[in-house]
Amino acid sequence: MTAALRTVALSKSFGGFKANSEVSLAFAAGARHALIGPNGAGKTTFINLLTGVLAPSAGEVYLGEERITNLPQHTRVKRGMTRTFQINTLFPGLTALESVVLACCERAGRGGVWWRTVAAERGAIDEAREILARLRLDADADTPTRALPYGKQRLLEIALALATRPSVLLLDEPAAGIPSAASAELFGVIAQLPRDVTIIFIEHDMNLVFRFAERITVLVAGAVLVEGTPDEIARDRSVREVYLGEAQHG
Amino acid sequence: MATIGSFIGVVFDGLAYGSLLFLISIGLSVTLGLMNFINLAHGAFAMLGGYAAVVAMSRLGIPFLPALAIAFAVSGAAGALLERLLYRRMYRATALDQVLFTIGLTLMSIAAATYFFGPAQQPVRLPTLLTGQVHVLGLELGTYRLFLMAMVVLATLTLTYLVEHTRFGAQVRAAVDNPQAAVGLGINVERVFSVTFTLGSALAGLGGALGIDVLGLDPTFPLKYMVYFLLVVAVGGAGTVRGPLVAALILGVCDVAGKYYVPQIGSFVIYAVMIALLLLFPAGLAGRRA
Amino acid sequence: MSVLPTLKWNRFEVTFWLLPIAAFFLFPTYLTLGSQILIAGLFALSLDLILGYARIISLGHAAFFGLGAYTAGLLARHGLGEPLSGLFAAAAIAALVGWMTSFLIVRGQDLTRLMVTLGIGLMFYEAANQASSITGGVDGLSGVEMKKIFGLFGFGLDGKTAYLYSLAVLFIVFNGARALVRSPFGLSLKGVREGERRMPAIGASVRHKLVAVYTVGACIAGIAGALLAQTTQFVGIDVFGFQRSADIMIMLVLGGTGYLYGGPLGAAVFMILQDYLANLNPVYWQFWLGLLLVLLVLFARGGLMGALVALSGRLPGRAR
Repeated sequence: MTAALRTVALSKSFGGFKANSEVSLAFAAGARHALIGPNGAGKTTFINLLTGVLAPSAGEVYLGEERITNLPQHTRVKRGMTRTFQINTLFPGLTALESVVLACCERAGRGGVWWRTVAAERGAIDEAREILARLRLDADADTPTRALPYGKQRLLEIALALATRPSVLLLDEPAAGIPSAASAELFGVIAQLPRDVTIIFIEHDMNLVFRFAERITVLVAGAVLVEGTPDEIARDRSVREVYLGEAQHG
Repeated sequence: MATIGSFIGVVFDGLAYGSLLFLISIGLSVTLGLMNFINLAHGAFAMLGGYAAVVAMSRLGIPFLPALAIAFAVSGAAGALLERLLYRRMYRATALDQVLFTIGLTLMSIAAATYFFGPAQQPVRLPTLLTGQVHVLGLELGTYRLFLMAMVVLATLTLTYLVEHTRFGAQVRAAVDNPQAAVGLGINVERVFSVTFTLGSALAGLGGALGIDVLGLDPTFPLKYMVYFLLVVAVGGAGTVRGPLVAALILGVCDVAGKYYVPQIGSFVIYAVMIALLLLFPAGLAGRRA
Repeated sequence: MSVLPTLKWNRFEVTFWLLPIAAFFLFPTYLTLGSQILIAGLFALSLDLILGYARIISLGHAAFFGLGAYTAGLLARHGLGEPLSGLFAAAAIAALVGWMTSFLIVRGQDLTRLMVTLGIGLMFYEAANQASSITGGVDGLSGVEMKKIFGLFGFGLDGKTAYLYSLAVLFIVFNGARALVRSPFGLSLKGVREGERRMPAIGASVRHKLVAVYTVGACIAGIAGALLAQTTQFVGIDVFGFQRSADIMIMLVLGGTGYLYGGPLGAAVFMILQDYLANLNPVYWQFWLGLLLVLLVLFARGGLMGALVALSGRLPGRAR
């Protein structure tokens, strides 16, 4: 069975500093896979390499059967791999509805249409409203993004990603900065996504990780330390030492 | 023999011209690299220095060399004043706003210069010591141009010393590299900006005065040469000393050589080369952020 | 209901278009100036798309204006003086060159872009200067003979045909731009402006958008240039000049960037003031213009349209 997403010896160096060393991972289709590790482990760099924000120093990235290592960001999204950002990267001056409609239009290949008004794009608008409703943002559809509270902006981050109808969804700390009650709810929404979407997420909150992940990869100093089921990871001594141990003592 | 002689003459003239451009542009390079501020009015400070020197020499009877010092001081003072009153408000403005603002200042300066001095070129009487030619290695080189280059070398050495061997220079380099961290280190970034802007304007003024003979001086000076100053900084790399120096010398030689050997094409080649260089080295030859 | 853009006209817009029609009847002796204003308005509109909507700072937009002017002028001079075909030819050539140079523009940051656009503008000026056998060099291109529009309306000395022709072209092109700005493509331009980093993450190529809008801007500038050549029956080399690029930017900023209406509005105010003041004393005009620019940037960044919006609360085609 071909993995939905696969990397082969993916590496990234900045001058002398190795942010990612020979990372070879495979993510099965439909996975709920968490990527954890201490700060500076190279998790976001890994996501940036996967999505094309950074070019690798070495190694390959495969989306299904296709080698996407050299494809530009937007093409990878068209191929079905979308990410969200750890720090909100939204459209401050656009309303929530406008933002999602934009994403829907782009996905439908209608981003270049100049002869019809946006209001006439009924398909995209209905789709956008449905996504906003799913994330309980429908009441804020006409609010400019910059006026939305942080928690709702975080949801909008995900809404934009969902609008691209990804087959692989990379979530970079989706619950960052959100208090635990709300973050559990956010992850609830993520958990409800259909099984044909492969979800890979970076998270620091171990409760969320152990609640929602079916597989966990631990990244330390740019390299894979260990990978396994949540139980295996919880019992693994090297992980405890490096990561969970710190949390227990700290 | 004659063609080699004229070739060397062209190169020499080009180097003199380029070093003058460098002297004027160095202030722009530091301002841009330091504050990320696009100052299209930089040429106005050079013009101000030129006119200050002219007034000093023709109306106050001051000899040439002290007049240069006056040009330096006047432009520096103007820079200090304008930085405090106006420029400081614009550091965080968008690039478009900076462009518009400085174009506005440029237009005002041109109008003022026309009003006070008229539209004609300003003549300059160089001291006899600096006129004529000097015999060097079998070549006849213009004395004034030699003097000019000597002045620029002196200024460059002083600047380099300042930047690399003094505490203030270290502060400037820190602020260019990472303004936020610099503030965190307790560096008074505001004062660094102020002093560098003043110094840059003063050097521009000196260049403007030195260049009356080579570049000419009339009210359209800021617009006429704006492209060249920007070119030197953009191609050389803002925030450095070495980059603009190399860029200015290359530009000077190419421009003079171009006008001498292929006058029909004229400036066309310069602009084409500039565009090519900018595309190949978007951060400038010295590789710093533009 | 939602506030997604539609094509409905509101009262401001209707009033806006009634003004030049009224001017036609009220100021019959000023129609030449009127045509100039309409043409400058169209030119400023083209810059608004590039500058106001795509945030590309161009100091060399006159390159396309000049291309359009010389295309139409040269065609007419060599016997092909049919106005509409001249217009289309100018539009096509300006769009083509705009498209080719757009690849130079979309790379690099603000300063690089500024320099490249400036350089392109200057290159065209130099080229026109050097090719004086074709362009007439500094003396300009004369002998531009225009045929009648649709075989019916000749360009007479009263300037009526020129004015209505310019107005018609402005109206059509403006509304094309208006539709574009309210379309999904227009929304994506807003997206580039509001969140350039997010655009690739939703599958949109920022480069493609910028190339497209720059090409459209160049095309419209070319149409404006052609209009100038056709209505004045002359092409001066200053059509490529930096002064023209700078003036148009000032007009646009005066009127307000990102509203579409700012360009024509700013052009009208600027040119009327210029007509009055510059004739009194060109040095003063330059000084006050510079001062105006400085004050605009410091205190009134939204220009006239910004002030109008602030006063009335809501207005058409908000790009902000």
